[in-house]
Amino acid sequence: MATLAAPAFAAPIERSDGGFLSWLGTTDHKRIGYLYLFTATGFLLWGGGEAMLMRWQLRAPNQHFLSAEQYNQLFTMHGTTMIFLVVMPLSAAFFNLLVPLQIGARDVAFPRLNAFSYWVYLLGGLFISVPIIFNAGPNGGWFGYAPLTTTTYSPGLNIDFWVAGLQILGISSLAAGFNFITTIINMRAPGMNLMRMPMFTWMAFVVQFLIVLAFPVITIALVFLLFDRFFGTNFYEIAAGADPLLWQHLFWIFGHPEVYILVLPAFGLVSEVLPTFSQKPLFGYPVMVYSGILIGFLGFGVWAHHMFAVGMGPIADTVFGVTTMLIAIPTGVKIFNWIFTMWGGSVRFTTASMFAIGLVAMFTIGGISGVMHSSPPADLQQTDTYFVVAHFHYVLFGGSLMGLFAGIYYYYPKLTGHLLDEGLGKWHFWLNLIGSNLAFFPMHFSGLLGMPRRIYTYDANQGWDTFNLLSSIGAFIVGFATLILVYNMLVNRKRGRLAGNNPWGAGTLEWSIPSPPPVYNFAEIPRVTSRYPVWDLTAPELTAAVPHTLRGDEMVTAQVGGVSAGQMSVPADRRPAAAAGAGLHAPPARVPSAEELGIPIPYTTTKPFFTALGIIVMFGGLLLTRMENKIPGWAVLALGAATLVGGLYWWLTSPLEPEHEHAGAHGAAPHHAHAH
Amino acid sequence: MDSFAMPDVIVPAAGVEHTYTTTGLPHRKIGIWAFIGSECMLFASLISTYLIYKGRSVVGPFPHEAWTDPSTGHHFRAILNIPVTSASTFVLLMSSLAMVLALAAVENRDKPKVTMGEKILGSSKLWLFMTALLGTTFLGFQAFEFTSFVHEGVSIRTNLFGSSFFTLTGFHGAHVTAGVLWLCTMLAVDFKRGLGPKDALNVDIMALYWHFVDVVWIAIFTLVYLIR
Ligand code: HEM
Repeated sequence: MATLAAPAFAAPIERSDGGFLSWLGTTDHKRIGYLYLFTATGFLLWGGGEAMLMRWQLRAPNQHFLSAEQYNQLFTMHGTTMIFLVVMPLSAAFFNLLVPLQIGARDVAFPRLNAFSYWVYLLGGLFISVPIIFNAGPNGGWFGYAPLTTTTYSPGLNIDFWVAGLQILGISSLAAGFNFITTIINMRAPGMNLMRMPMFTWMAFVVQFLIVLAFPVITIALVFLLFDRFFGTNFYEIAAGADPLLWQHLFWIFGHPEVYILVLPAFGLVSEVLPTFSQKPLFGYPVMVYSGILIGFLGFGVWAHHMFAVGMGPIADTVFGVTTMLIAIPTGVKIFNWIFTMWGGSVRFTTASMFAIGLVAMFTIGGISGVMHSSPPADLQQTDTYFVVAHFHYVLFGGSLMGLFAGIYYYYPKLTGHLLDEGLGKWHFWLNLIGSNLAFFPMHFSGLLGMPRRIYTYDANQGWDTFNLLSSIGAFIVGFATLILVYNMLVNRKRGRLAGNNPWGAGTLEWSIPSPPPVYNFAEIPRVTSRYPVWDLTAPELTAAVPHTLRGDEMVTAQVGGVSAGQMSVPADRRPAAAAGAGLHAPPARVPSAEELGIPIPYTTTKPFFTALGIIVMFGGLLLTRMENKIPGWAVLALGAATLVGGLYWWLTSPLEPEHEHAGAHGAAPHHAHAH
Repeated sequence: MDSFAMPDVIVPAAGVEHTYTTTGLPHRKIGIWAFIGSECMLFASLISTYLIYKGRSVVGPFPHEAWTDPSTGHHFRAILNIPVTSASTFVLLMSSLAMVLALAAVENRDKPKVTMGEKILGSSKLWLFMTALLGTTFLGFQAFEFTSFVHEGVSIRTNLFGSSFFTLTGFHGAHVTAGVLWLCTMLAVDFKRGLGPKDALNVDIMALYWHFVDVVWIAIFTLVYLIR
């Protein structure tokens, strides 16, 4: 089995950290990805700590280490943290790091908007997760059902923090959504047509559409709740005739696409990792693309399966049951494609590939329990029990998070130039796999034996004790495993083994450039002629079956019986790489700087940070108006609004980057593409 | 280990500039369309909530029927005033026309203008101003509408109709307000240094936003005001 030869070349550019201000003002997508990665890892420890507290309480019956109120805050914040502050931002870390590199671009379309998204996420994340320290944490569950969350039933600041916090985090996701949609549509290098995009970028693309279409719906649901709580409107007032299901519908119209927002990026990462470590192109690439799109579409049509228990009637229940079963088809297709990718390949077991294979197995278990409660009669037995908790941890932990872990091991060297320690990685993997199964598998049984979710303690002798003890032991094993990961990341950030351009022998564009990539990524925009441009050069035999074109942007068609048959493969010796004599030459001793190459790089700027700060201060002011004396609240609100408007003004009236030397010669219109 | 050795060059795309875009369109044009798509879902949520809550208010006043408060005996007229709102709808529609003319004027700034008509049609300042003025007039109508509704006894807290109506139309009004401010900054730039073809993209994006807000109003006017 091939292990990783220490690459004989390419000492990585030690990116000088450049101090606090350079991070505060960075617009480099790689640095922003770095910030996302470490912030989300911090929140992973935070949300994980919350889980540990809960599992400590539940390890045995009749424990009173936590009060009911504390437990409510813990499960609410654990869920909210894991979803909005861990899995989505970890995905965003990879969108940032990878999308421009995979499509052959120098940055995202709107670099400053990108920085803005990150700062809103960081500040909004603190806004929503700090209050629990002061026993004022949100306590209405991660889906915050109204009318429970209206002032009548939830007075106090707890829910205010949740409503405002989610509203803030939504801004971050939406801004990033517009940014990445534009980037993927408009910044692909010549020849990088849609059916050549790496699978991760494809899944990122689908996810951005889900984000921009689903987040406005929860924005409105939250606006209604905010208005009800602060201005006395009646959206969720049952006495005024309001529909008690309005929130549930609006929330889940957002919430179900949201679960695909959580899992598709992990699917994308696995689709990068498995081909590399099987040394085979992804099996059934077009089907993988179409099934991803289909999952995205169907994801909008299944929301009410979260509501079978509310009594929607047989027709609605049947329809949503059927659509839910349907969505298992494209998902299953993906599972089989991954298996067939590995089939017959020379599979190498690195930590990254083990986590990827782990996802395939664990997500399948979670998917199967999902299909079980797609049937309304079965769901009525399982809903609100630990069976559901088992299901969604298999898909969220065993699916999303394990895929993201695979991505971390695989791409950390690209981000930092240094490999993570494989030995520690294997420990992390095995403890994580054993621990999570020990934690979550018994929950199926405690659930079927009737243990409801969201109870802070339980009586002995209901048959739940052993299962809960096992779950708690497993949880602590997972907790320990996560610490190994974090240790590995911190220690090897600058000291790990040098990675070189392509430590894993991968085939996609991001591996053709140094690790970490220079600020400008690509000294020259590449021309892409197939799905695996790097393999075309290093291992052409691997890509024989993948469609190629000669120049990249034109189709090579063949006539078959008078019918033109689309793209055809170009023999290896006629491919442009061979023709142009591009081969395996020695890399330059030094990576040239952007100035030397005459590539304009965006200015460092703190304007996005201050704009983001203004938004958070505004919401802080809104919450302060709860005080007896309203003046401080309104004053802070006004201050926040001023910061927001001022920041935005300076941002929009200042140029992004130095004038490009050729800009004059090539007319103003294309230059404007980069002005914001 | 040969297959792990890496070339330092992937075939470069000769002649491709730093400013290259895949579609040939500027980024911001695509960004604004993504934004508009997202806004569609925002207004769809607001409008459907209004429609779901239509006829569910426990107490009046109501949008289309008169109502007598059983406890006080106080009589309320049907709240919505369709003739007035038809006028304001017309004003907003005309603002879109002005916006089209403003964009055309910016694009054709360098063309020679001889006749009086050409000069009028070619004045971006005039048409930007007209757009902003008509938008402000629409907002004036809305302010009048809101105050008179409150006088007639329905506020955002009165009943489901009040809550969903004011929130929906208020959101739309906020969008118009943002558009008017945007127009004003553009007008300021025009006075300062004159807008020409190189600014056409900026004006074009603003125009897309403006037309979108206008189209949303047509949906609101039809679904909320016209259909009983
Ligand atoms: C070691 C890892 C984890 C453990 C031990 C754990 C444990 C728990 C526990 C004990 C609960 C509360 C169950 C209840 O009382 O109803 C819970 C809820 C939840 N967890 Fe986890 N969890 C872990 C990881 C994750 C991850 C990675 C995610 C998501 C990506 C996640 C998402 C959720 C959600 C959404 C809830 C529901 C919160 C609610 O009821 O509002 N968990 N978890």
